Amino acid sequence: MKRLKLFVVSLFILTMAVSPVFAADTIKIGAILAVTGPASFLGSPEAKTLRMLTDEVNAGGGINGEKIELIIKDSGANPEKAISFAKQLIEEDKVFAIIGPSTSGETMKIKNIAQEGKTILLSCAAAEVIVNPVAKYVFKTPQKDSFAVKKIFMQMNKMGIKRIGVVTGNTGFGKAGKAQLAKIAPDYGIKILVSEVYDKKATDLTAVVTKLKSKDIQAVVNWSIVPAQSIVAKNMKQIGLNVPLFQSHGFGNIKYVKAAGAAAEGIIFPAGRLLVSDALPKSNRQRAVLLKYKKDYESKYHEAVSTFGGHAYDAFNILVKAIREVGPDREKVRDAIENMKDFVGTGGIFNFSPTDHNGLGMDSFDMLTVRNGRFVLLNK
Amino acid sequence: MPGKRVLQMAGLITGVITVQLLTRFTGTGYFLTQLTMSAYYSLVIIGLCLLIGYAGQISLGHAGFFAMGGYISALLTTYNLLPYKDNAIIAVLMKTGILVVRTNLYGSEILYFQPWVACIIAVSMTVLVAYLIGGPILKLKGHYLAMATLGLGIIVYRIVLGSAFFGEADGLSEVPAFTLLPGLKVSGNLSVRISNYYIAWGLVIIAFITLLNLVDSRVGRALRSIHGAEDASSAVGVNTAKYKLNTFVLSAAFASIAGVFLTHYNGGIGPSEASVMKSVRYVAIVAVGGMANLWGALIMGVLLNFLSLRGYFGSFDDAVFGGILIVIMLFAPEGLIRVDIFRYLKRAVSGEKAGEQNDGSS
Amino acid sequence: MIIELFFQYLVAGITYGIIYSTVAIGFNIIYNATGIINFAQGEFVMIGGMTAVTLNAFLPLPLAIIIAVIITMVVGALIDIIFIRWIVNPSVLRMIIITIGLSIVIREIALHVWGDGVRALPYFTGNEITSLSIAGVHISPQVLWVIGVCSVVVIALNFFFSFTLVGRQMRACASNRNAARLCGINAKNIVTLSFVLSAGIGALAGCVISPITYVQYDSGTGLAIKGFTVAILGGLGNSMAAVAAGIILGILESFSIWVLPAAYKDAIAISILLIILFYRPSGLFGSREVFRLKEF
Repeated sequence: MKRLKLFVVSLFILTMAVSPVFAADTIKIGAILAVTGPASFLGSPEAKTLRMLTDEVNAGGGINGEKIELIIKDSGANPEKAISFAKQLIEEDKVFAIIGPSTSGETMKIKNIAQEGKTILLSCAAAEVIVNPVAKYVFKTPQKDSFAVKKIFMQMNKMGIKRIGVVTGNTGFGKAGKAQLAKIAPDYGIKILVSEVYDKKATDLTAVVTKLKSKDIQAVVNWSIVPAQSIVAKNMKQIGLNVPLFQSHGFGNIKYVKAAGAAAEGIIFPAGRLLVSDALPKSNRQRAVLLKYKKDYESKYHEAVSTFGGHAYDAFNILVKAIREVGPDREKVRDAIENMKDFVGTGGIFNFSPTDHNGLGMDSFDMLTVRNGRFVLLNK
Repeated sequence: MPGKRVLQMAGLITGVITVQLLTRFTGTGYFLTQLTMSAYYSLVIIGLCLLIGYAGQISLGHAGFFAMGGYISALLTTYNLLPYKDNAIIAVLMKTGILVVRTNLYGSEILYFQPWVACIIAVSMTVLVAYLIGGPILKLKGHYLAMATLGLGIIVYRIVLGSAFFGEADGLSEVPAFTLLPGLKVSGNLSVRISNYYIAWGLVIIAFITLLNLVDSRVGRALRSIHGAEDASSAVGVNTAKYKLNTFVLSAAFASIAGVFLTHYNGGIGPSEASVMKSVRYVAIVAVGGMANLWGALIMGVLLNFLSLRGYFGSFDDAVFGGILIVIMLFAPEGLIRVDIFRYLKRAVSGEKAGEQNDGSS
Repeated sequence: MIIELFFQYLVAGITYGIIYSTVAIGFNIIYNATGIINFAQGEFVMIGGMTAVTLNAFLPLPLAIIIAVIITMVVGALIDIIFIRWIVNPSVLRMIIITIGLSIVIREIALHVWGDGVRALPYFTGNEITSLSIAGVHISPQVLWVIGVCSVVVIALNFFFSFTLVGRQMRACASNRNAARLCGINAKNIVTLSFVLSAGIGALAGCVISPITYVQYDSGTGLAIKGFTVAILGGLGNSMAAVAAGIILGILESFSIWVLPAAYKDAIAISILLIILFYRPSGLFGSREVFRLKEF
């Protein structure tokens, strides 16, 4: 009896094993994104962006006549699922390249899997450890945290700020930012007097900001990518901690400004230019790309574009450009990406090299601020 | 009875081998990756089945034990002790082979704990914690027990998420292979996929035989009497506290071993392995398998984890789990496997009435 | 300065505590009538907040809140009628699993209805940066609103359970369902009523706290865990005790941040709970004698 059951179960498993046979002339691109779960604010716009771009390329006749087949796997920000999916995509679907994952933790788990499987990985996560040390097949498109940190500290130097407090969210993004802030602060003569971490699902942070208030600080840096970062802004104002608030590029979503309401006014943060694309001078090289992405995305999905979707946008376009140039040969495409120069993306101008698999420089960031509920360039 | 047991085990082993051979002949060897991962999760689930189904004690914190095993082992095998190599203690440990050196993919040298040592430390620490905390926790009942075990899971989750040396939100990566015997290692590498499938399933089968024997022994009877009426069994001389504690510790040990092995297999672990949702999933699968039904727990554990890890549920992963949970608990609280389809079918074929077969509702 | 700080932490703690308490009260109502813990209680809070935000787009705030509360009550009634009402003699374990399942499914439905964005009602008084300042200690007016609503609810519930017929019937059902039935009480309707009531209170809580905490499709789970913790800490079934326990827990959490890293806040809160459970399993304010007699 039991054997019979087992047999039926095994049969059940195996009937599902019959994978569909795909048409020959497609290029398979896998994507592992946190479409749902705690990091859905990253994965969801990324997935939407990739679907939009795939449709666009295929409608235009594909890449040199070959259509793209996009396989999106929703990891829900679980590393163990990302691992399972990465192996699936590499060994079974034999994808040409993988875009994602959305979070640093997941990317670090599959970095070696992609490397050993000789599959190009274009991560949409921020942490610098993804490309340092450089793994031959692993690239990332978001700007480096250290550049954002330097931009913030340069601004602080201008404003004469010496002593700061740091609060970070307990996600991979916050963790990476906290490390960079601590590392780079001495170079700019800045002292971090207090550093606290808050939960990504925090409901109120009055106690945390009270702790900041108890120290003799001249500014606060809030490094986070989760909605709770707006609570920090509110609580600071509510308890009368009236020092300048600096945020990370993770603040680059107009929803967070809306959530913080009046408390968002005057927040200073570094960000890619997507958020202020219409305010850019005509001479800016990114302007056309940014406006196109913004228009396409917003008209298709009826929601505000965010910089996170832009990471996937860049990853996809870099990959497609490389394939167009050298044809669908994985090694050649990898070399093409590694040597790609002067690629205009939403995050900045990419210049890859064998030692730099991110390719963005410090000029990819501008300092922005919030005025009347809108993002504007700080020095305008 | 033993004859039947041998037959069942032969069936299980045949099934495991058959699946591997089938994947080989159909060229679908990649299924073994998820089948291996599911096997480790099933190890947690059958241990939990003993605790919930037989001893009647709910635990909403078993992901915590899994994570303790995985995280401690990962920490000991990834933390680079090279800068401290001049320290006297470290030097002694290096001489005895407890600490070894490896070179990672990017050419840097790492001095780390031999995985066997790490594994033993991880599992014994988990057992110790389970033993210490189990005494007071198992005095609680009902919702209070649920809350206390839930709390235990949350504490582990908060510690791994909040501690820099556990990698905070990123978890730990680049965990090396675990060489069990020369030539036999736990690793996610493609070249050792088949042997890892058998390592995982070998472990599950050993654990499963242990549990089946335990359930049919004096211990099993004692546990069932505790489940039925704790006061009564205590009155007839069963040391209920001891039995409950031992079961709790045993299931924690299973979870911890699964954590250690899966972490080496995956090459890393993240805080999501310690989350409340994971604990809830384990309980859910025990429930779907039929509570006091080890076979049900095993089969459902493999099946549901396999489907989930393959990504068949897409963005509806949690929704599917929640849905299954409600439907099973409403319509078949004794579990799916127990609604004996085969007997039902046989009767239907032979024309007998099968009305009384509906043991699904209560 | 140090005195000021002390009171500021105290205010922060009260803010946390009152948020947890409003959720915990809902747990207690269903527990009182049925002896089960509804793990989907946090989802009532979420549905209430989300619905109110949606309605507030075209309705004035008070009306939006009232309608949101009513809608959530209907959801509560439906949950009981579809999933709970017809189960005979459910075990604690089975009810825990069913309500956990419900909570997961409701969350996923909310994700597909509302998306994953955060929302919030506007502050009832003032805006995000308004605060009342008393001797250097600042407090947001919304916190006062939450305290006010919470107090009114607790007083009303006490009155309801002590002095109205239906309220007494509910208590009778909780202590002995069969005896209550023999006295002619329709136990099933009482259970449905308890779901309606706790859904309504949950939704109201969701509305008043949403300007502070925001509301998102998955904000129910975290609140439910905290609410459950507080309900257990106070002693299940006692709303007044839940509020007291909530405020104690909130203050402890707040002061733990003063001296320890904030990252361990929850671990500390839960550790305190475990220690109390080990020494006083009936909770801080629960009666030990009653606890021993309870059947689970």
